[in-house]
Amino acid sequence: MSTTKTPSPRVPTPARAPREPGNTGSSGLPAPVPGIASALAWGAGQLINRQPGKASFFFAFYAAAITWEMVTGNYYAGMDFTPRANGGFFVKGLWGLVTLGDTPRQMTLTGLNEGDNSIVLLANGIIALLTLCLLAIIAIWGIRDAARYRARLAAGEAPERSADYFRRIWEGAFAYIALSPGLVLIVFMSVLPITFGVLVAFTDYNRDNLPPMNLVDWVGFDTFAQIFSVPSWSGTFFGVLTWTLVWAVLATATTYCAGFLLAVLLASKKVRFPRAWRTIFLLPWAVPALVSALVFRAMFNGQFGPISQFLVDIGLTDERVYWFTDPSNPNLARAVVLLVNLWLGFPFFMALVGGVLTNIPDSYYEAARIDGAGPLQQLRYITIPIVQRTCTPLLVLAFVAAFNNFGLVYFLTEGGPDNVDYRFAGSTDLLVTWLFKLTLDNRLYNIGAVMSIIVFFIVGTISVWNLKRSRAIREL
Amino acid sequence: MANTTRREIPARIVERERRKGQLSSVFIHLCLFVVAVIVIFPLLWVVGASFGPGGGLANTTPIPEDASFDNYVFLFTETGYGRWYLNSLYIATLNMVGGVALSALCGYVFARIRFRGRKVGMLAILVLQMFPSFLTAIAVYMLFLNFGLLDSLTGVALVGIAAALPYNTWLMKGYTDNLPASLDEAAAIDGAGRITIFRKIMLPLMRPMLAFVAVMQFTMPWMDFILPRLLLQSPSKQTVALGLFDMITDQYANEFTTFAAGAVFLAVPITVIFVIMQRYLVAGAMAGAEKG
Repeated sequence: MSTTKTPSPRVPTPARAPREPGNTGSSGLPAPVPGIASALAWGAGQLINRQPGKASFFFAFYAAAITWEMVTGNYYAGMDFTPRANGGFFVKGLWGLVTLGDTPRQMTLTGLNEGDNSIVLLANGIIALLTLCLLAIIAIWGIRDAARYRARLAAGEAPERSADYFRRIWEGAFAYIALSPGLVLIVFMSVLPITFGVLVAFTDYNRDNLPPMNLVDWVGFDTFAQIFSVPSWSGTFFGVLTWTLVWAVLATATTYCAGFLLAVLLASKKVRFPRAWRTIFLLPWAVPALVSALVFRAMFNGQFGPISQFLVDIGLTDERVYWFTDPSNPNLARAVVLLVNLWLGFPFFMALVGGVLTNIPDSYYEAARIDGAGPLQQLRYITIPIVQRTCTPLLVLAFVAAFNNFGLVYFLTEGGPDNVDYRFAGSTDLLVTWLFKLTLDNRLYNIGAVMSIIVFFIVGTISVWNLKRSRAIREL
Repeated sequence: MANTTRREIPARIVERERRKGQLSSVFIHLCLFVVAVIVIFPLLWVVGASFGPGGGLANTTPIPEDASFDNYVFLFTETGYGRWYLNSLYIATLNMVGGVALSALCGYVFARIRFRGRKVGMLAILVLQMFPSFLTAIAVYMLFLNFGLLDSLTGVALVGIAAALPYNTWLMKGYTDNLPASLDEAAAIDGAGRITIFRKIMLPLMRPMLAFVAVMQFTMPWMDFILPRLLLQSPSKQTVALGLFDMITDQYANEFTTFAAGAVFLAVPITVIFVIMQRYLVAGAMAGAEKG
């Protein structure tokens, strides 16, 4: 059905195969030809396909990228060209990403020379790389469009004008336009920092090696090896990891059990003023956690706190108890942190379980009563299974939240009591508080970055596992 | 005769059951009372301290004898609290407006429009949401440090919006999925454009979820510590959370009553919001969990 095809073969001819069967004119070009042309110079394929509008669209990106590189760089240097001195946005960016700079800041005859700031180079490199990725998407789009359009022509479809094409695209583009503000924000405030953080793990960026005075270098997996092979590091890591896991399990379990118990109690028809009780019990959840944690920190203050004082007053202890600062008794501090977490955490589960309980039809319990089940059996065989089913995904989320519960530990104990066996960590430090101390207080950025990656893998594995069980993934 | 005995036995059982019931009722109320005391005591204590005579931690009581507003006056005249409060308010407001607007729009698009890249986008959202936000914060800190962008309140708010956006989008999408599609289809037939449908039809329907996200986005910055600690440095740019933390970590706990006043002043509005909106908030949290 190729009778209506454009007759004149005004196209650049080299690729035309003479063995074309019945097809005449440019429609006889095999589909890859415009594609290859588009790959060489964006838009060229579209030009071959005789769609000047589209061609100029793609070519505009091509030209803009090259112009941008030319303007930001210095390409008059000729033979003296070096990426460091003359490279533009892309070339210098990629050069910086690969080398992280090669000229340290030094004292010369003319004063301090301008050295390379490895971290700025790294960040600029990532930005250049992200931009290139974006351009690559446009390039692939152009190449595929050129090839496919040609294939469609060959298959006998009517040619489409560029304007029609763009109108067609535009109608479907609302989604992209609406998403773009959020996307830009996420790319610059999440994706870029995350990429940067991951890359730092493979450098030696730390307090001994701070730009702009020193250059930072790629060191591969050395930092990972250091954490796992240097005994003081690996000892700290596994110690902190163990406590983090124990903490997350216990914190989740205790808050859930307490919340469940209270919800069941409150659901009892014997309770007077259930709403008043409920509101009181919700207070720990409603009060900002920061405030409550700091208040508890003051209450458990060893020297001046009222709880130590109270215990001395009633004669239970002879001297004040240093809850959070007694290095000989780390488990005391850990237990208190768990207790405070229980205070903070049970209301949420109480409210949740309470919500589930009100949705269990009374007929279930009536049927059980007729069958002769006592209150405990009703609890065991009706309430617990139903609540369990609703709450399991939430329990996993709570576990992850506890695993990353920076606030409570940091506000209560700041990781203390001190642990002499640990590096920059105390006995109640979780991975995340340790990570924070490593980065902010000790400026061991590379080790902090490695820890971030490890935490992400642990948390990510659990979350993915949880997700696969939920219906969210099926709805995608 | 058989009839009466049959009636009497239940009567005796009922009596025994009633007494057992009373006993268990007393027991339940006792339990509730003990928990209530544990819950209320720390809160009462800090409120008492905030009204108590000024000074250290050592001599604070839940119910002070000579209550006064001295600590509050001191808080606003002698410390930077007013400044911190305004800073936090600024961040919180920006965080709320930006977070709600962006996540509502993105959630609507993901729920209602089938476009190329939708699946990839949602998968990316899920992965990003798993990445703990403080890890991003630390990377942001390193970046801002080297580019001299530290010490900007707007920067803190922007990072906060971005960090919460994937999760909020996910919530909004889940909520919009459950709204009847017939409404926007009818509007589309009547010739309404996408933006009109979104503004005039979807937004009003999404109100419960908007409220949830708004409350979360507004309250979060008041309690957030890591991000402002990393990104803000000069004394005039502190937030309430940072200021309170510094007050209490003071070695000798001398400023405790001032801290207490500051803590109460921070906690009361947020607590009231949470108690009033508890139903929304719990439901919203559950929706988030169900959806992933």
